[in-house]
Amino acid sequence: MSEFLYIYRGPEAARSPEAAQQALQKWMAWLKELSEKGHLKDSGHPLELNSKLVQGKRKTIVDGPFAEAKDLICGYTLVEARDLQQAAELAKGCPILEVEGEVEVRPILQL
Amino acid sequence: MVATLTRIFGVHNLALAEDVVQDAFCRALKVWKFRGVPADPSAWLMAVAKNRALDVLRRERTARTFAPELGLLLNSEWTVAPLVEELFGPNAIKDDQLRVMFSCCHPSLAEESQVALILHILCGFSVGETASAFVSSHSAIEKRISRAKKVLAESKRLFDLSNANDFASRLSAVQRALYLLFNEGYHGASQETAVRADLCQEALRLTQLLLAHPLGATPATNALAALICFGAARLPARVDASGNLNSLFHQDRSQWDQRLVNEGLKFLANSASGLELTEYHVEAAIAAIHASASRAEDTDWGTIVSLYNTLITIRPSPIVAFNRAIAIAQHEGPERGLEEMLAIRDKDRLSTYPFYPAALGELELRQGNYNLAREHFREALSLGRNPMERRFLKQRLAACGTGDS
Repeated sequence: MSEFLYIYRGPEAARSPEAAQQALQKWMAWLKELSEKGHLKDSGHPLELNSKLVQGKRKTIVDGPFAEAKDLICGYTLVEARDLQQAAELAKGCPILEVEGEVEVRPILQL
Repeated sequence: MVATLTRIFGVHNLALAEDVVQDAFCRALKVWKFRGVPADPSAWLMAVAKNRALDVLRRERTARTFAPELGLLLNSEWTVAPLVEELFGPNAIKDDQLRVMFSCCHPSLAEESQVALILHILCGFSVGETASAFVSSHSAIEKRISRAKKVLAESKRLFDLSNANDFASRLSAVQRALYLLFNEGYHGASQETAVRADLCQEALRLTQLLLAHPLGATPATNALAALICFGAARLPARVDASGNLNSLFHQDRSQWDQRLVNEGLKFLANSASGLELTEYHVEAAIAAIHASASRAEDTDWGTIVSLYNTLITIRPSPIVAFNRAIAIAQHEGPERGLEEMLAIRDKDRLSTYPFYPAALGELELRQGNYNLAREHFREALSLGRNPMERRFLKQRLAACGTGDS
């Protein structure tokens, strides 16, 4: 088994309290399923959207965010899968896809 | 939570209090997505709201004035955290809810605005949910709530519970609002369902809150609590397993919540002191007689009729007169009931109430006048406000058979 990082990008705020609660149910169900199948390494965290960027040799600090709201990274999860293909297949269940977000699947470099 | 934050921020900052709660809720949902819902979500939310309140106080205390009565304590870093901690304590939270409840019953607000405001601020109903509780349009309720909030904001401070005179003079409006809240749940004209148990539960919760306050625990409040308990006890039987509405006569009384009936009897006993006989006393007494009859046939209709006679002098209304006529029909026969029904003053105010023609139909049916009964039930059916009521009325119409014999 190899490890992969799911990087979530997408619209951050739900349109209504009802939609937010539904999203909560879906996310919990999805992560539970990953966990039950033995793919969940660390459920990860949501991220705040404000940020600072520290750049270059001169170490200047710039205030973020740096992308359109819909392209911002809003959370991450660490999973285990046989290979990149399987990790990507598993990511199809992610509720963020239903609200036009996306999941980037990146293999953790291993020796 | 909004109540506590309003106490801290001041009633003129109600919108800020609501924003903080909304924000705490959104953040919680986001974290729970990943980390799961904690064992005690409401305590967790309270903690988040408390931290956010402190943030807001620190950040904005130069730009805004907060609750004037808490004054300088909010401005000093030494006192602000312990004060907020104390205000979030369980007893303080109860008092805050009462303060907001009394503030909502502001004399310049119409009764329905008071109830809408209580539902929205204290019971956490969204505008949409409040609208459906009142069978009103979203925009109408939105307007009503925002106007009411403006009135509230102009009063600058929350109601002061420690002034016994003010308390006593506002108390009857608060009781009335709770009574209306309960009625809306019990007899509500909602589109989807005829019974809103959640409204009844909120009414009971808030009434108990009022009872827990030494100035609020009057005989009338006890009577109101009794009335709500008896009504709530009957809720499980009001709608049967297939979702049909059951009249009091056909309910499966074994489904009545005996624990609530006993609670109600306790409150009723507590209400029997002092000189004032309120409409809540009389209605609770009527409900108690129903609750203590294990079969509909065992009901003591004679006493109920005389209680309605009292009620109609305390609070005359077409609905009270209607219920009195039903009791008379039970006690003295359908013919007398019909007489009383037709003699109701202002009975045109019942012209959209489906149970008025339904009752006429029922009484004609009992006298064997099938054609007349059918006519009344057809009229009732055309007035039915939700599928449950219409199903019930269809079934009564079918009971009239097809021929006239």
